Amino acid sequence: MAIWIPEDAKVIVQGITGRQGRFHADKMVEYGTAIVGGCTPGKGGQTVELQGKDFPVWNSVRDAVTATDADATVIYVPPPFAGEAIMEAAEAFDAIKGEGVIVCITEGIPILDMVKAAAYVEQRPGVRLIGPNCPGIITPGEQGGAKIGIMPGHIHAKGRIGIVSKSGTLTYEAVAQTMSIGEGQSTCVGIGGDPVNGTGFIDCLAAFESDPQTEAIVMIGEIGGNAEQEAAAYSAEHVSKPIVGFVAGSTAPPGKRMGHAGAIISGGKGTAEEKFEAFRAAGIACANDPSEIGQVLLKALQEAGLRD
Amino acid sequence: MNIHEYQGKAMFKRYGVPVLEGVHCTTAEDALAAYDHLGSKVVAVKSQIHAGGRGKGNLYAPESGDLVMEGGVKIAFSREEVGTYAANILGNVLVTIQTGEEGKLVRNLYVESGCAIEHEYYLALLVDREAKSVLVMASTEGGMDIEEVAEATPELIHKIHVDPSAGLLGFQSRDLADALGLSGAAAKAFRRTLGALYTCFVENDCAMMEINPLVRTEDDEIVALDAKVSFDENAHFRHASAWDEIRDLSEEEETEIRAAEAGLSYVKLDGNIGCLVNGAGLAMATMDVIKLKGGEPANFLDVGGGANEQQVTTAFSIILEDPNVKGILVNIFGGIMRCDIIARGVIAAVEHLGLDVPLVVRLAGTNVDEGKAILAASTLNIHPADDLADGAERIVALIGGGEA
Repeated sequence: MAIWIPEDAKVIVQGITGRQGRFHADKMVEYGTAIVGGCTPGKGGQTVELQGKDFPVWNSVRDAVTATDADATVIYVPPPFAGEAIMEAAEAFDAIKGEGVIVCITEGIPILDMVKAAAYVEQRPGVRLIGPNCPGIITPGEQGGAKIGIMPGHIHAKGRIGIVSKSGTLTYEAVAQTMSIGEGQSTCVGIGGDPVNGTGFIDCLAAFESDPQTEAIVMIGEIGGNAEQEAAAYSAEHVSKPIVGFVAGSTAPPGKRMGHAGAIISGGKGTAEEKFEAFRAAGIACANDPSEIGQVLLKALQEAGLRD
Repeated sequence: MNIHEYQGKAMFKRYGVPVLEGVHCTTAEDALAAYDHLGSKVVAVKSQIHAGGRGKGNLYAPESGDLVMEGGVKIAFSREEVGTYAANILGNVLVTIQTGEEGKLVRNLYVESGCAIEHEYYLALLVDREAKSVLVMASTEGGMDIEEVAEATPELIHKIHVDPSAGLLGFQSRDLADALGLSGAAAKAFRRTLGALYTCFVENDCAMMEINPLVRTEDDEIVALDAKVSFDENAHFRHASAWDEIRDLSEEEETEIRAAEAGLSYVKLDGNIGCLVNGAGLAMATMDVIKLKGGEPANFLDVGGGANEQQVTTAFSIILEDPNVKGILVNIFGGIMRCDIIARGVIAAVEHLGLDVPLVVRLAGTNVDEGKAILAASTLNIHPADDLADGAERIVALIGGGEA
């Protein structure tokens, strides 16, 4: 059944008439995602052609959700407007359905905008935010599936490994590693590399633990903050499924922002070493190198009696 | 983006945060004129660089490396001392615990009036990523290294989190003033100051604001004696002209600025293997694996999700400007970015720049077969790799092992 996003989830695209929004909406339709339209303020009533088919555009998320009963929205809105786009979606899902998943791909949102947006979403308990600054979430199906974001769909296959990661391309690397040992994925979640985001590692671990399709988990962290340490402590108490972990940034110098706004070692805290140690202390099988994730996962599956 | 103390204090002043009168100077003559203008018997002569630990840092002559003066922040009791300190600071290199060994050339000076200090406090505002809100942190142990205080006596650090929709509330400021043992006029002044700082923080999209020390004077006034302020670069679009005006590019790495202008994220490191990667997490992992295989990365470089041929060329030229670079590893997992485009970009860059160090290219993801075919068909000396570990091993071997 995967987590949060079933294979047939109905999805709208915020910013569907923009260059990025249209490009990725087209890729999502190509993959098999049930895109049901999108919205751009002032462009309601227009249509957008994706994979040779016309999709409706509404003025607001409210209008789009009312018309389509969408389960999720994906945001490709430029940074100055993205914080508000998140809040608009949260308000609409909460008011109309009482639930919904918001996936925000946008990179470069001011942190104080995210502080506001994250608090706004948290006041609406049925609404989940994934991101921002993330590749999105994908639940591969037997045929197609639900790809909500910018990840290359074709590298995935339906399976039993849940993946959660702060990074985009490193998630793809992890996906390729599961494939290299003949394992597919239940759901892959990119939670994003910003300091303030929505869904975190612990939310994902809890969801994977209770998802019958997921039998093992790959968790990819990076330097900065202590979300990985908290997730490790949580997993020791609450997660029975095998977990494989990797943390990027062992060689990163302190005080330097490594691309992602949140990837910075400050005051000697948030180092990769610290995070690896927390992983090991929690019984998480660690890969020292992303190219080893497959083999470490294989061993973890064997030890758990899930593979011969 | 960081700014200087004198710039931070000018901003504080606009918001009604009490600061002492001071003058920004760039020459020793300026400093003497500032002293005459201030009319304060005792003044502070403060080096202005974008790094902390100035007071305990040392100044060295840029050419000879000889020690010129201990302490980058001096209290002067006479006009002569102002002149001496200013001459010892300007044009010399200040090495502090935060600058690294190479230190920073001091080009700016702040001459500030003195005041009668009764007690020093610590006050900081920052975004707490775990709590997803603005955190106000205060301590009675001002003037000290706050990380040491946090380590040794965490109970002396008081914190409040601000609800973004409610803002800083009166009871929160009162609680914090109480926790610092403030009462009467000083408590009132502290609450007013904190309110002004919070407004300043939010309106200016600050990432961090640290005042160490914030002082109570003998007259029970509260004054910000320091101002370490940084802005959230993501909010540049809201403050473009104001920030561009006060940004001191001489404090930043020139190549990092150029990379940022080209849409690349670059951080120079000390090793000899240049890396070109798409995605921040994968770029860090690539550096890690190079190290794991016995090499040393020369840089972090993320070309982003949608790099074009021009960006790849710029990325190569930035990597090659570093004279330490003895080899390059390109690691691309194509998602949005197609491997065939990257392969063409790599070939164009190599032809354009006349690459004379070994190059290992690892491609995976979208259009990987086309990308590999393009590289294989070229006559250039490009070594293909199957995965990240293989790529790292190859480049380390090609340059003859890691750095000695």
